[in-house]
Formats: sequence, structure tokens, C-alpha cells
Amino acid sequence: MKNRYIGKPLRRNEDARLLTGQALFVDDVHIPGMLHVAFLRSDHAHARIGSIDVSAALERPGVVAAYTAQDLGDYWQPGPLLVPPPPIKDIVFHACTQVPLVRDKVRHCGEALAAIVATSRYIAEDALDDIVVELEPLDAVVDVERALEPASPRIHEHIESNLAAHVVQEKGRYETAARQAHRIIKRRFLYDRGVAAAMENRGVVANWDEKSQQMTIWDTTQAPIPIRNGLAAMLGLSESQVQVIAPFIGGGFGPKIMMFYPEEVLIPWIARELKCAVKWIEDRQENFFATTHERGQVHEAEMALSEDGRILGVRDVFLHDTGAYDPYGLTVPINSQCTLLGPYRVPNYYSEFKAVFTNKPIVTPYRGAGRQHGVFVMERLLDIAARELEIDRVEIRRRNYIAPDDFPHNHEIIYQDFAPLTYDSGNYLPALERAVEMIDYHKFLEKEKARLRAEGRYAGIGIVSYVEGTGIGPYEGARVTVEASGKVCLVTGVGTQGQGHYTSFAQVVAEQLGVEVSDIRVITGDTREFHWGTGTFASRGAVVAGNACHAAAKAVREKILKLAARLLKVPEADLVLEGGRVQVKGKPDQAIQLGDLARQANPLRGAVTPGTEPGLEATAYFGPERGATASGVHAMLVEVDPETMMVEIKRYVVVHDCGTVLNPMILEGQIQGGVAQGIGNAFYEQLHFSDNGELLNASFMDYLLPTALDVPPIETDHIETPSPLNPLGVKGAGEAGAIPTGALFVQALEDALSDLDLEINEIPLSPQRLFELVEAAKLERTVVS
Amino acid sequence: MKPAAFDYHAPESLEEALALLNEYGYEAKLLAGGQSLIPTMNFRLARPAVLIDLNRIKELSYIEKNGSGLRLGAMTRQRALERSELVANHAPLLHETMPFIAHPQIRNRGTIGGNIAHADPASELPAVMWALDGYLKLQSAAGERRVAVQDFFVGMFTTDLEPEEMLTEIEIPAMFPRSGWAFREIARRHGDYALVGVAATVRLDEAGRCEDARLVFFSVGEGPVEAQLASDALIGELPGDALIETAAALAAEADIDPDGDIHASADYRRQLARVLARDTLRRAFERTK
Repeated sequence: MKNRYIGKPLRRNEDARLLTGQALFVDDVHIPGMLHVAFLRSDHAHARIGSIDVSAALERPGVVAAYTAQDLGDYWQPGPLLVPPPPIKDIVFHACTQVPLVRDKVRHCGEALAAIVATSRYIAEDALDDIVVELEPLDAVVDVERALEPASPRIHEHIESNLAAHVVQEKGRYETAARQAHRIIKRRFLYDRGVAAAMENRGVVANWDEKSQQMTIWDTTQAPIPIRNGLAAMLGLSESQVQVIAPFIGGGFGPKIMMFYPEEVLIPWIARELKCAVKWIEDRQENFFATTHERGQVHEAEMALSEDGRILGVRDVFLHDTGAYDPYGLTVPINSQCTLLGPYRVPNYYSEFKAVFTNKPIVTPYRGAGRQHGVFVMERLLDIAARELEIDRVEIRRRNYIAPDDFPHNHEIIYQDFAPLTYDSGNYLPALERAVEMIDYHKFLEKEKARLRAEGRYAGIGIVSYVEGTGIGPYEGARVTVEASGKVCLVTGVGTQGQGHYTSFAQVVAEQLGVEVSDIRVITGDTREFHWGTGTFASRGAVVAGNACHAAAKAVREKILKLAARLLKVPEADLVLEGGRVQVKGKPDQAIQLGDLARQANPLRGAVTPGTEPGLEATAYFGPERGATASGVHAMLVEVDPETMMVEIKRYVVVHDCGTVLNPMILEGQIQGGVAQGIGNAFYEQLHFSDNGELLNASFMDYLLPTALDVPPIETDHIETPSPLNPLGVKGAGEAGAIPTGALFVQALEDALSDLDLEINEIPLSPQRLFELVEAAKLERTVVS
Repeated sequence: MKPAAFDYHAPESLEEALALLNEYGYEAKLLAGGQSLIPTMNFRLARPAVLIDLNRIKELSYIEKNGSGLRLGAMTRQRALERSELVANHAPLLHETMPFIAHPQIRNRGTIGGNIAHADPASELPAVMWALDGYLKLQSAAGERRVAVQDFFVGMFTTDLEPEEMLTEIEIPAMFPRSGWAFREIARRHGDYALVGVAATVRLDEAGRCEDARLVFFSVGEGPVEAQLASDALIGELPGDALIETAAALAAEADIDPDGDIHASADYRRQLARVLARDTLRRAFERTK
């Protein structure tokens, strides 16, 4: 049957509320008598605490309470390990998780030392100046390579070194491949990332009601249910006493997953201590220190190739900067390790990494979550191989793609969901060919480039491939109810931070029930409305929650048809659901409105058949056996001013395959937002740390996000290779846009500056860094000639 | 990111404002457009005890002809200057510069006087006023004085203003015949503080030789930096590509001594300065025709 709602570019149900300022965000929560919290944060990255004296702060009018680690008693506990290490042979992993307030030692700049509670945020911030801290600054561990030297200061004294983890994964024998190789490409790659910089910073409001013994928490979290469960346990309350609401959230991107941040853990505790409502809203400066980052990896990688450019094997050894603590386990470096393989057949793979503690803010997944780093290494190796073997960049990719009949494709290593890295489905060549066509790759290289060069313009083209593991388990659930009004209520446990769930999930339900998408009220992110679930991250919302919505809607559809068949006295097969009613095929006058059916299913008087459930309602869950692998190709045209190194992106093309498309307009938004963050990563955003671990550019004046003027219009097209692992055939799309941009950027820049034989093996770049690289390349040429 | 407590005054007249300034002196900060002061206060890098808000003083906002030159009230919004026909006709260099100052939202609030008195070394307007040979009127309750822009900037965020004084007017002299001008800056993103920027003014004599030349850089030192050696190389000569290249190289290598920071090394700044000097001089000499 042709889809009625799925796949349509419907306008978003939530936009009217968002655009008119009617949507509730955490900072919109105002409760009479609510108190405000400010945190004293460490200026030092590494320091031993002598004493913290808050007595003067308590004297200040308007200050209600002040807390240090000592005041928390047994509540002071390091946070939970959110993701345990995957079952990989001989894995080494040291769990060191963040603490609510520093007790003995500061391990990164901005770590919270004390909390002040006052009648206003202004007074709370005034009182921060009253706190007297005695501490002994220690040498900071900043450089990820030097962190492992024996002489390096140690961050966690109970472990032997700054090594957080050591993981080796192997498929086949790389050494054998290398012996048979025609050519081996070996390089060192640096890939750094920055902050997610969500438009809305984090925030928590907690309200303890002493009379009802209820805790209500509004939290900018991507995972309200795990937060509810965790906080209930920490506070010694029943899960039924704790309600966590993740209202509208102004961007999540990973750092708002179930992190159990110090503030997230402390604000509810303070509310209970003081028996009132307490609010903390992170400001932009705090966000740079207190919210998790993603940062750098250093890769030493090599690729063994046959004469005709086929990959025989890849060997990669890398260091991963995990910051001061590692609460999110190894998700980021495992993603790098696995996603490196991309859409390519790699018969032999040796991958080894060390995760390293440094005195820097914590690293956890941020849109792409380590995939960027891996994709960069692989795409760079292929680019360099193509150049050395004199094979076209597109051609070398084509030759190495996994064939469409080679799925499911098992890469024989363990992925972030603890299952073997197996691609469910894929068909890579059509996307590559489409991108080549859209960007006019051959015409540019054959004609345009030389024409522009003759005008003194330096233009270049890039084209890269990637895959994205999406839609991992464990599960999500949804409840669909047809109300007496004929409208439908859909509740799911995942939160939302702008992805359009109010519309795309409604489209899935509308498809089954034949009601208008605008007649479906969607509720997300409120633990009182739905008890079970995990959260929205890892590009899993559409796959896991979307299919749960589908399953619940199908179950309700069955109930509708069964009841309508009985009332209309026709077989179920003769009925159609459309326009908010059930109708006998070909007989529009024989119909019943869904609202009437809902009332019939929930009678107020009379007897019902024993064993029946009331209402047209169903709850269903979906858990995929493993993730679905999305893929894509990005291509771009750039122009560089060779004197100033200012770069302009002339065109940006994305051809993407995320299986069945639920709403192409929402998908396009996801892709565009991702590409914008990818461009930021590639050319604008960089965290600068001093030698003693201070963050030098913790403001939007010096941490450069690309603006609307820096992000070009993005031309998109889609290939649909449905996933066989879920009934809707969908794959995730949340991170796709952000993943290959760095790799693409350097390839296009190298092409633009091809006169110089420049090789760029690092991200991020900047005009300044390009200038240095070009000057070095010029110098080398002078020396050589 | 909340400011420390302060007392707030919102005088309706210049006289009232000067009286308040006389009373509070060092303790007070003048609030013009607030585009630099308010963020600085929110970061608690500035903690003035008293804020004197000048936004109700209508008499400080004007763009007037002064012979063939201009007089600009210190509280004139940058957006008003950008859109002013008088500015376009009589101070085309200033007109050309305005769109590069931050973003329209900021220019809607930001004022010319506030910008100049803030003396940010990365700011466009001090360098432009310097290149235009502007004069500043500084008033206090006790009286007023007129200071050349070149004498006003003492150092980074530091000016010749006494604590009781307020910058009230900017005077731009008339352009001579056979004058040319140009402005250019390189910023990471449009509206950012420039990595390097320069304002150029040149004048030819009747024989077509360069009679005067000013290249005033910003973002390369403690304040506006005039390239004296470059001017010396140009004056008395017939402008041409080779001369311009020489002057630009002198400006970049000898006249300025930029520092490096996270966005640009000293070497990269010199490279940009050379390119900008060359391009603005070329454009300025073209405009003399």
C-alpha cells in the first residue's frame, strides 16, 4: 500500500509553539519561593584542596545555604559508570567518574568546588566572591602524548598512570596483508573537536514537595527515564516519587545524555534539604567547562594496498583524550575504531587505542561521537593512496566499496553496542554516482579548475564517503490512545531536543490510523507519562522509538478494526481507516468515527465481555537485534584566497541513505544542522588550552561557531536502502551531516592548493594554520629545489 | 554571568550627566550603547559602582555638516551613521567602514562615541578617525577641550579622558580635492574583531604626486598604529604598483609589530597587513582620479 503520511514533507506540529515562544524550556519554570544556585568553579586545572571556607558567604543577606563536598555526607559519591567497557579480549579499562563537588583534588578547570543557594542568581554570584579557597596548584597534564610518559603528573592517584583504557581489536592479519602489498601508505593524523554549543545551555529545576513527598525535576536531559531511575536511587526515593521532565530542549547533541552531571545530582538534593524549589541555569561560560566536550585523537595509521588500489589491510594505533574522567566508558574511541572502516571492504584490520586522562573537561559523545576521527583517517589514507597510485579519488572509493550483495557485512570487531560490527544493509555506489553528478566532479576537474586558475583563483573539489552506525538498542516504548474526541495521543519515553519528534512520530502513527498528523498529540520526555525507556541519542530516536510508535499504532489499528467490524457487521478485511473514521470499502455511508469507536470501547454503563481491555489503546516496545547502518557521500567545492588563506565554500552536496525517509523536510534539517557543525569542526571551532590546562577561549568571542553566513546552502538528495532490522526500514540520521566534513574539507583544500603539493593531515584548520602549512610547504620546495 | 550590583543614573541632559560624572569620577562608567560594557560587567571584569546611562540624552545624537566636514554627536548610533547620506557624501571612508563593525543588531545600539572612548585596539572606528584626522570634543562640568584623535589614544583601552570628562562630539574635517580612501579588514567571520584591518587615505598634488598618505592599522598593537615609514615612502612619489608594493612591505615589516594570539600569529598578521596595505593603497589612489 502506498504511504499516506510517512515520507511526506509535512510541516512540524511543534513549530507554532516554538516560533511564538510558547514552548516550555527549563528556564521557563518559575515556582513561588524558588531559590537559585551558583557554583564556585576552579580556575586551576589540577590542584590539591587545602580548605574551602564558605562562612563569609553565609553572612551575606539573601544567601540561604552554602555547600562543599564535606556537607554532602554520604550523598557524596562519584557518578555512575554509564557505559561499561565492551566485551573485548584483554581490554584494560579504569573507571574514574566525576564527583558532585571536589573533595580532595581538582582535575579540570571549571570543576565545581562549592554551591551557593540564594534568593537570586545575582546574590548567589556575589557570594561566590566571599568563599575562601586554599589550594595547592599542581602541574597539569595537558598533552595527550606526554600524559603517558612515566614522569607525567598523575591525575587519579589510585591508578598507576594516566592510562584510562587500552583496547586492541583485530580482524585477519595486517602483517600478512602488508607483506603482500604493492604500496603502504603511512601517516600521522591529528583530529580535534570542540564543544557542542547547544543554543540552550544546561539547566535543572528541582521542587521537593514535603506534603506529597514528591520530587519534580525539570532537566535539560536527553534521557529523562535513566535520570529518574538514577536520582531516585541516589536520593533514597521510590521511582514513583520522582518525576523527571525533559521539556523542550534547545539542542542536545550528546552532552545532555544521562550524564548525572554534578549539578544534575546536587540541585534535587538541595531542593530536598531545603524543602523547596531550586533552580540552576548554566551560563555560556560555565558551559565551556562544566558540560562535556569532545576533543582530540592522535592516529598513527597505515594502509596496505594492491597495485590497482584495493585495500588489503589497515593498521591504526591511536591515543584518545578522555579528559579528567571517563563516565561514558569507551563509546567515543570505539566509534572511531569501528567507523574508520567506513563503506569499504577491509580484509585485515589491526586497531589499537589508548584512552588517556588529562586535566581537561570530560569527553563524552557529541554528534558523531568519535566517528569523525575514524572517517578522517580512512578517507585521508585513501586520498593519499589515490595520489600515489595515480588513481582518481572517486575511483579508488568505488573499487573498495562493499558490494550490494555482501550484506549483512560482518567486520568481525565489537561495536559500541557490544555486538559484532555488522552492517545490516547498504548500497554505496548509487550515492557516490549521484554526488559526482550533482557536483559535476569530472567537469570541474577537466575544465573548471584550470579555467578558474587562469583567472588567478584557487578552487578545489572534494568527495568523501562514510557510514554511520545508528539505531542501537536496547529498546524504546510508546503508547497510542484514541480519545473520545477522535484525536490521538501518543506518548513515548524518549525526550526531544528539536528533532521534530512531534511530527515524525505522529506521521508513523497516522499511517496506521488514518488520522491527520495535526490531530495527534505527542508527549515526550515526561517520566510520569511513560515509565520505560532509554533516551534520544546515538541517532536512535526514529529507529527505536519510531518503530515502537509503529508497533503501538498497529496494535491500536487492530483493536479499531475488530471493534468496527463487530459494530458494522462486516469482515475486518472490508474496512478502511481514513479521514479519522472507519469505513466499509466502497460504501462511504457505512462508517463510524474514531471518536465514537473510542467511546464504545470505554462504556460507562452495561456489561463488557469479560477479559476485554477498555479503550482503543496499546503500548508497545521495540528493540532491534543490532544497529542499522546509514551511509552517505558528501562533496564540496571550495575557493581559497592564497594570500589571506580565507576559504569560501562554493557548493556543498550531500547524498544520504538512511533507509525509509519519514519526513524529508525534517531529514534535510538534520543533515543541514549536522553539516553546519561539521564545518565548524573543520574550520572554525577549536578549544585552546594553556600549558597549565586553562581553557583560553571560553566564550563565543574567541570560540568561533560558523554563522549563517559561513554555512552555504546544502544541496541534498537521498538513496533509500531500507534496513531489514526494523518494520519501518528506517536508519538514523541525526549525526550524518557532521561526520565526514573534516575529511572533505582537507581533500578539497588540497585540491585547491594543488600547485603546492600540500598534504593536510589534521583538523581543525583555520586561516592561520593553513598559512603555516603553506609556508612550510613552500620552504620545503625551496630546500628540495 | 550576572553583573555585580551598581547604582544607576539616567540623566536627561548633558549638563546633568556631566554633573554626575563630576560627582562620581573614577567610580562611574558611562553607558552608551553598552555593546562592550555590559558583557564586560556580566563577566565581572568591570565592576563600576555607578552607571550613568546616556541613552536619554537626545542632544548627543546628531549628524551635522560643518562646512564641508561633519560633526557627529557621541551618542549617534552606528546604524544611523551607516545609513546617513551626509556621512556617505562627506566621510566616504567612514561610510565604507560601517558595515564591517560587528552586526546590524550591534550597530543598532552601538554608538560612535562609546566605541571610540572604549579604545579597543581591535576596533575599526579609532583607526578610521585617525586616518581622517578627526578631532574629539571632551567635556566636563568645568569646561571643554578639543583633542586630535592621534593624541587621544594612550594605550589599550586607555585614552586621554580624565575621569570627569566625557567624549561628546567627533569632528571630521573636510576632504581635500584629489583625495582617495579605502578600508579593508580580514576577520574570521563577518562581524568578528578583525585579525588585521587598515584604513588608508591619500592625497595627490596637482602634478599627481602623492602629497599625503596615511595607513592606519588596527588589531596589530595597543591602539591604532600609523605606518609612518610607508607614508614616507609614498609622499613625493608618483603612485604606481611597484611603489605601492614597497610601501605595503614597509608597513607590514617595519611599521607594525603585531603580537600573535590564538587566532593569528605575528607572521600571519604581517602577511595580512601587507596584502591589506597593498589593496587599500591601490584602491585609494584609484579614487583620487
